[in-house]
Amino acid sequence: MNADRGRLAARLVATAVFVGLLATPLVIRQRSSRSGAAGPALGEAGALERYGFALREYSDSAGIRFTHQAPALDPKLDPILPWVAAYGAGVAVTDFDRDGWQDLYATNSAIGSRNALYRNRGDGTFEDVAAALDVADVNQAGTGVSMGAVWGDYDNDGYEDLLVYKWGRPELFHNDAGRRFTVVTGEAGLPAWINANTAVWFDYDRDGRLDLFVGCFYPDDVDLWNLPTTKILPESFEYAQNGGRNYLFHNAGDGRFEDVTARAGLTSRRWTLAAAAADVDGDGDPDLFVANDFGVNELYLNEGGGRFRDVGRESNLGRAPKSGMGASFGDVLNRGSWTLFVTNISEPGVLIHGNDLWIPSQGPGEGPSYRNLAGAMGVELGGFPFGAQFGDLNNDGWLDLVVANGFVTGESPESYWYDYSMVAGGHEGIIADARHWPAMRGRSLSGSQEDQVWLNDGAGRFQNVARAVGAANPFDGRAVAVADLWNRGVLDLLIAYQRGPLLVYRNRVAPNRSWIGFALEGKRSNRSAIGAEVRLYWDGVEQMQQVDGGSGFASQNQRRTHFGLGTAATVDSALIRWPSGLVQRLVAPAVGTLHRIVEPT
Amino acid sequence: MKLDRRLIAPLLITLVLAGAHWSFGVLRGYEAIALAVGLAIATELATRRVLTGQPAQIASAYVSGISITILVRSPVLWPYALGAVISVLSKGVLRFRGRHLWNPTNLGICALLFLAPFAVAPLSVQWGNNVWPMLVIWIIGLNALRLAKRAHITLAYIASFFAFAFVRSLISDSTFVSEVAPITGPMYQLFALFMITDPKTTVHSRWGAALVAVAVAFVEMLFRLAEVIYAPFYALFVVGPIALLVEMWWQSRTARAAVVEPAAAVQGATAPSA
Repeated sequence: MNADRGRLAARLVATAVFVGLLATPLVIRQRSSRSGAAGPALGEAGALERYGFALREYSDSAGIRFTHQAPALDPKLDPILPWVAAYGAGVAVTDFDRDGWQDLYATNSAIGSRNALYRNRGDGTFEDVAAALDVADVNQAGTGVSMGAVWGDYDNDGYEDLLVYKWGRPELFHNDAGRRFTVVTGEAGLPAWINANTAVWFDYDRDGRLDLFVGCFYPDDVDLWNLPTTKILPESFEYAQNGGRNYLFHNAGDGRFEDVTARAGLTSRRWTLAAAAADVDGDGDPDLFVANDFGVNELYLNEGGGRFRDVGRESNLGRAPKSGMGASFGDVLNRGSWTLFVTNISEPGVLIHGNDLWIPSQGPGEGPSYRNLAGAMGVELGGFPFGAQFGDLNNDGWLDLVVANGFVTGESPESYWYDYSMVAGGHEGIIADARHWPAMRGRSLSGSQEDQVWLNDGAGRFQNVARAVGAANPFDGRAVAVADLWNRGVLDLLIAYQRGPLLVYRNRVAPNRSWIGFALEGKRSNRSAIGAEVRLYWDGVEQMQQVDGGSGFASQNQRRTHFGLGTAATVDSALIRWPSGLVQRLVAPAVGTLHRIVEPT
Repeated sequence: MKLDRRLIAPLLITLVLAGAHWSFGVLRGYEAIALAVGLAIATELATRRVLTGQPAQIASAYVSGISITILVRSPVLWPYALGAVISVLSKGVLRFRGRHLWNPTNLGICALLFLAPFAVAPLSVQWGNNVWPMLVIWIIGLNALRLAKRAHITLAYIASFFAFAFVRSLISDSTFVSEVAPITGPMYQLFALFMITDPKTTVHSRWGAALVAVAVAFVEMLFRLAEVIYAPFYALFVVGPIALLVEMWWQSRTARAAVVEPAAAVQGATAPSA
């Protein structure tokens, strides 16, 4: 009798515990949504007061009226065309005419559509000079369509040249003193046809000339407009190795680029969507991170002598196969070391890969090792993200994070995820063949997702304030870039949307926030100074930034480095490590100023 | 030496996991599996005897822990812990006439997918591009099930899945190949080999168990036509307990009849003749 009574009591307790366990996810959900809520729009005054900055969509006022058009491909792909053709909205920033104002190049992707080069007039408006300067008409039948672009002064003549990478023939444009551009693809020795989705300028051998990495999605022998077969898709959605080969081009210095991919050891065949370079091991030469969809990512350590070694697995960040679509380096903890943010899919209940925020964790003298703190720092779950960039949007001294979101917004509110999950689990013979995928029929695949503006609180957490500060848009976001478009000492924001507009957000920062900027020009180093690191010291804080040669997804930030300083009126020093290895210290540079620094010879 | 049938499932699933991890590194670190298996066994040890009076079944808890680790994908650890504990605890809590009604692992997975979709997803991707590992798992798995005299359940389910996939392809605008795709992936291997064959949560009769497998495939078809992504898990969640309740009802009815018939016989023998 006592035993029965005891068992009954135990079952009552166990039942209560069981119900409590079932309720646990709901509690977790409520708590996380409370801490990560985008919140209501606050208006400019409210956002300034609460977060120290406010963004205003300013494209039309600035004269930027650009709409991305997706490509139409081989009719055999029509049933799933919105998904297959969901790439190509890119944006890259530079001052191509050296007038002191940041200009921007936007890519389009339909056959016959035109890319745009928006020259900054300096009066708050831009004009599209792409056609006049011969960089507009690059999306043509037979040569393919644009997927993105990166600027870099490959011949060190002082003017930033332009690489447009495509599903098709990549085009290299030489910048003729900012007055026009000349196609030099043929002389450069670039391949006749690749399906590229990312490119990065960097001087991997530190010879003072910019080299070029190009990452490819589909294999080179796939012409998406003329398909003899529909077996062109990934063989696995987590372990695929049937993507395009990547390219490392060494700048020979005479206008030619030599394919040194195999010699360098960059021979993987994963489905690359993004790449970024930084000196992650502190040995003075740039290393390369490659983000792959449908598989693991790769971290290539530059071992010198033109050789790279993939340490993705041993450093942890290439261990779990995910859906890498964007990659950016930033010093988010103000520790003088590179944190890497990688965007990955999070579709509730279907595919939870989650973004990665890789924080260096190696001890002194050890090789690169990382811990993923995306969950702990609040930037893990973000939808279907692509481009992401770090930048101190409110000049408080901490790098914030902007992420563009949303894959395919269809005409129908219905979701394609059921069909996706049904086929994605199938065998290679099924999933790799486009004809086995159910027709999308206007349905969405993670469409209508708002972008995220994650504000770094400096205490190890990010909070999404996109809606509050005025930057929540439901278009399908791709490229993100940050630049001080109006030379005001604040970072403005550019987001390119697939089958949507290129939006320019004009930033307004609270008046009590200070800043400092550096525009570098290499002499012994490559003239763009791409890869130069600037460490700034103030108020006992150290923050590191570098000159960007392409990062995020199909995007490139301004070449300048921009530091927010909070309320600091002075800085102690700035330490510039040039790609050549030269280290230059600036003592107490003035704040509120863009410092133009030429590399000492 | 004769292999204890109770060890077949743990050995098999360990083999699958080891092979998958060796080939593709499916374990994203060892924390999740350590957590899930550890907590599943700990829960079994702590609650089994107290709640049911029966000895703890470590092998069963082990299978639950590993299955949760394989079939659930999450970038965080808590779902693995939660799923494992819910699975094992359900055996002591959700009982009717001394039997637990739901397949514990399936219940744990359904709970996670239904209550925590923001943090978990099912295993819905192919482990690799080679057909041989898939065939090896099917062959070894079916052979092990044959030794345990349960292969007919899996075969009935597979045959039904193909038949209903054909029906679905007629109703929806997907091709037959698209509809068949899921069963060529690892999630269905585990589901068909381990979930629906669990002796504790399937009916006892040979043909009855096969019929239940067909019913699971049928209800799964209905869920699939409604575009429910977790169709197989939810189908088993619905069909499994109903099948067990029907079996219990049938057994009690048969037992009652068995009691009544001898009584009637005795009564007839002693009744005075008209």
